Amino acid sequence: MQPVAIVGVGQTKVEANKIRERFEDMVFEATNKALADAGMTIDQIDNVTTISNDFWDGRTISSMAINDACGSYDKNVSTAEGDGTFGAIYGLMRTLAGTFETTLVVAHHKGSESVMRLITNAMFDPIFERSMGIDAIASAALQAGSYMRKYGISEEQCAMVSVKNHGNAKKNPYAQLAMDLTVEEVMRSEMLSDPIKKLDCCPIGDGAAALILATGERAKKITEKPVWVKGVGYCCDSYHLGYRDLAGCDALVAAAKQAYTMAGIVDPRKEIDLVELHDAFTYQEPFWLEGMGFCERGEGGKLTESGKTALGSELPVSASGGCLSSNPVLVAGLVRIIECALQIRGDAGEHQADGVKTALAHGVNGPAGQSHCCWILGGEA
Amino acid sequence: MTDSEKICIDVLSGPDEEQPFHYAAGVYGSVFINELRDNKRLMGIKCPKCGKVYVPPRRVCPPCFVEMTELVEVSSEGSLYSFSVVSFGFLDPATGKEKPVPYTYAVIDLDGADNRFLHFLDETDHNKIKINARVKAIFEEERTGGLLDIKHFTMV
Repeated sequence: MQPVAIVGVGQTKVEANKIRERFEDMVFEATNKALADAGMTIDQIDNVTTISNDFWDGRTISSMAINDACGSYDKNVSTAEGDGTFGAIYGLMRTLAGTFETTLVVAHHKGSESVMRLITNAMFDPIFERSMGIDAIASAALQAGSYMRKYGISEEQCAMVSVKNHGNAKKNPYAQLAMDLTVEEVMRSEMLSDPIKKLDCCPIGDGAAALILATGERAKKITEKPVWVKGVGYCCDSYHLGYRDLAGCDALVAAAKQAYTMAGIVDPRKEIDLVELHDAFTYQEPFWLEGMGFCERGEGGKLTESGKTALGSELPVSASGGCLSSNPVLVAGLVRIIECALQIRGDAGEHQADGVKTALAHGVNGPAGQSHCCWILGGEA
Repeated sequence: MTDSEKICIDVLSGPDEEQPFHYAAGVYGSVFINELRDNKRLMGIKCPKCGKVYVPPRRVCPPCFVEMTELVEVSSEGSLYSFSVVSFGFLDPATGKEKPVPYTYAVIDLDGADNRFLHFLDETDHNKIKINARVKAIFEEERTGGLLDIKHFTMV
């Protein structure tokens, strides 16, 4: 792959209800922050990729309503629907196509303005699944139960992820839910869909994020700290839950392998310093880390319990607080990439981890981890 | 800004009431719905290449990417693969009413099918539900054509 780097990043604070701001206001803020971070003006952006979802915006062709706010007026703009990691891949491809040197990628989401359960219910087959009321939480619970029973992952081990991530969020000014918790408090929180309890779940929130990609030579001119895209991979499992092995995550295994191969990574345990995980539910930390090859299948619970995924330990996972503390849908994946970039630059602030040279950003699309995307980022070209 | 200042507007533009849809069930989906309503039979479809049987019947076998045309009946009994007891209410988009809690989702290995079937289980006591338990479909007396003509599954 031709060298491409992230040269600017911007994110709004994620909040439960940004009552004073419309979609375009959040997009305007994130875009301006990314431009300021890169030291660029909107005139220097060659093309734009926006990421949005019509259901959540309650508007058809939601992407077109934010064009003014992301500065794509009079520019080549195209849109993606899905998690930010996938939208960013589209932006990466447009950068690699040779027509553009710089690409702005921007995502927005307001979970506060609609009924989350109805919208996630609408992911499912309208004839054979939707009428049962199945939604994001219940489908994740069916997967969590399958995975945890098969490998003996305990609810306490999952609760430890909640404690860690909500604690990490205290060091991240953009995070929504920052809390000191104990395992007991997570275990005692309201049962939603067993084994998933309230504090095993991400919150509903509003936010936007933006990043700027540039081709190799241009990137070096824009910034002294370009963050290089070393590898990407993505893979999709079947849409229907009943067609999948719910206790496995084959699509993630394939996505991670693709990204490692492209980045020349042989042993992720030795070569990756930090992971920003799409961990909307606690069981997903051990589950997804297994899929990425950071431990053997079924050993994820022990990996979490060992404390190795804590900030300051050997493999910090979701040092930002992850999706468990802030999950503006679609935006969340773009934030994973942004957080990895900040960590590699040494600009993550209070939640900066030591010696991050190579990081993995992860995104998920579809119910119960249907589709996975992995980005490997590094500080050297 | 004061409390009385109006800063939000309610707009009904949701997918359910204000934007009604009239979805086609498809050729095979229609057979499934009609057989379920009229004969309490669960119809699946068999892949000509790998031989797997899928229920409800859809047109494509995903791993083989071949068209399936051979409808086969599968059992309305099977074994329980996974479940979740749900403790939070859900506004049923079909009726507009809140579904009483708790209720249980079940993922079921129906006898004669290779994929898993998603439906309700009538047991909501976590301790009484056993993985791999034998289960069977209980049908509604008045069937109207749809997935919920199966009332729920029950352990046998």
